[in-house]
Amino acid sequence: MALIEALNLTKRYGSIVAADNVSFTVDRGEVVGFLGPNGAGKSTTMRLLAGHLRPDSGRAKIAGIDVSTDPVGAKAQLGYSPEGAPAYGEMTVREFLSFAADLRGLAQGNQRVQETLDLCRLDDVAHQAIDTLSKGYRMRVGFAQAVLHDPEVLILDEPTDGLDPNQKHEVRRILTSMAARKAVIVSTHLLEEVEALCTRVILIARGRVCCDESPAQLLARHPGKRLDEIFRLLTA
Amino acid sequence: MRAFRAILTREFLGYFRTPLAYVFLAVFNAFAVSLAFFIGSFFDSNIANLDRFFLYHPWLWAFLAPAAGARLWAEERRQGTLELLLTWPVTVWQAALGKFLASWLFLATALVATLPMALTIGWLGDPDWGVVVSGYVGSLLCGGACLGIASLCSALTRSQVIAFVTGFLACFALVIVGYGVLDPLFAGIIPADKLGWVARIGLWRNLEPFTLGALDFSAATYFISVALAGLGLGTLAIERR
Repeated sequence: MALIEALNLTKRYGSIVAADNVSFTVDRGEVVGFLGPNGAGKSTTMRLLAGHLRPDSGRAKIAGIDVSTDPVGAKAQLGYSPEGAPAYGEMTVREFLSFAADLRGLAQGNQRVQETLDLCRLDDVAHQAIDTLSKGYRMRVGFAQAVLHDPEVLILDEPTDGLDPNQKHEVRRILTSMAARKAVIVSTHLLEEVEALCTRVILIARGRVCCDESPAQLLARHPGKRLDEIFRLLTA
Repeated sequence: MRAFRAILTREFLGYFRTPLAYVFLAVFNAFAVSLAFFIGSFFDSNIANLDRFFLYHPWLWAFLAPAAGARLWAEERRQGTLELLLTWPVTVWQAALGKFLASWLFLATALVATLPMALTIGWLGDPDWGVVVSGYVGSLLCGGACLGIASLCSALTRSQVIAFVTGFLACFALVIVGYGVLDPLFAGIIPADKLGWVARIGLWRNLEPFTLGALDFSAATYFISVALAGLGLGTLAIERR
């Protein structure tokens, strides 16, 4: 069953078309890598799916729920981490996650918060204000609020941006461990991440989906070339 | 309901996480008391009431409600947390109302801190406590109106400074319009015999009946309308971001 559905999503900013008739679906068990140059429309598409932006036309569905007609219902099924993992910096990690648990109306909120702190290895800094944390920890806090309610759908905008190799590995390990039960979209600039993590690649350029296939199929397009070379060929 | 309560609590406690709350409470009290004593000649009136204390409240709220309200949305935009808040399963209206009430509650805290003024006149004389209470109610409503304007200004920008300055200017206009200061501006547009109506939207005009002990229905309606208009328009601005 398709847990994420983008149906002809279009979003314009003046004369710029940030998302141009974008359509795809993501099933349970899939981890889709969103690739594309900066400004290609990756974040716009994710924001349309997450209900942060309203499409000019087209529809987005999360777990079968239309994001524009039942936004609260759709958002309850979704874990979303915006680019740069914003958080309320003056709160401690535990306060922030408890606040998110309250907003989501989670039963046994405290227990979920503790489990998430353990899962994301944030327990050591649980009582520190988020503003005082290093970038690696802050990115993990953003990831933690997205998985707090164990959602069916995860949409993560550059979740490993600015992490060191060990931390990247850690985020990928957690994602892989939960991927079978969820539909996941991850945007990234790291092509090695696609190979390590994703079951499918959606390449976006100038607001359009220009390629939607498995990493192996993408590599087979130009035998002998590396993924970054193929990326340049398709998007330059 | 739990989400609404969580937002309200977070916003209210948020003031006390930064020096803002303490600076605000100190400035509000310092000005509220010194304006009454030094400019209002509080003791010289020899009457046990708070008229001269409340007289300056529209000025105080015009300045300080935008200071308290500037962060409501502007800070969310600047930190990028607006995107987070609005992709959590809450409606914009829940968030807006929670934020507004938290901020209003904070203004109420500032008013509560001036209660020693009331206790002083109670100790020195025999005030009409009904009048004192209605004065406080009026002041709180007046602060709510200014806060509505402030929350609208905050919803339109990501800069707290711009939110504060525009909010202050709008509230300031509502203060001075009541004293006829802006009449020459309107003289060409509005017939002279209708200028009195313009003055009626001044904040002090509407606060005055409360300080005389009247729980004035039309004045209360005025304050609440301004607050709701600001809150509503600001929320629409966020919803249509």
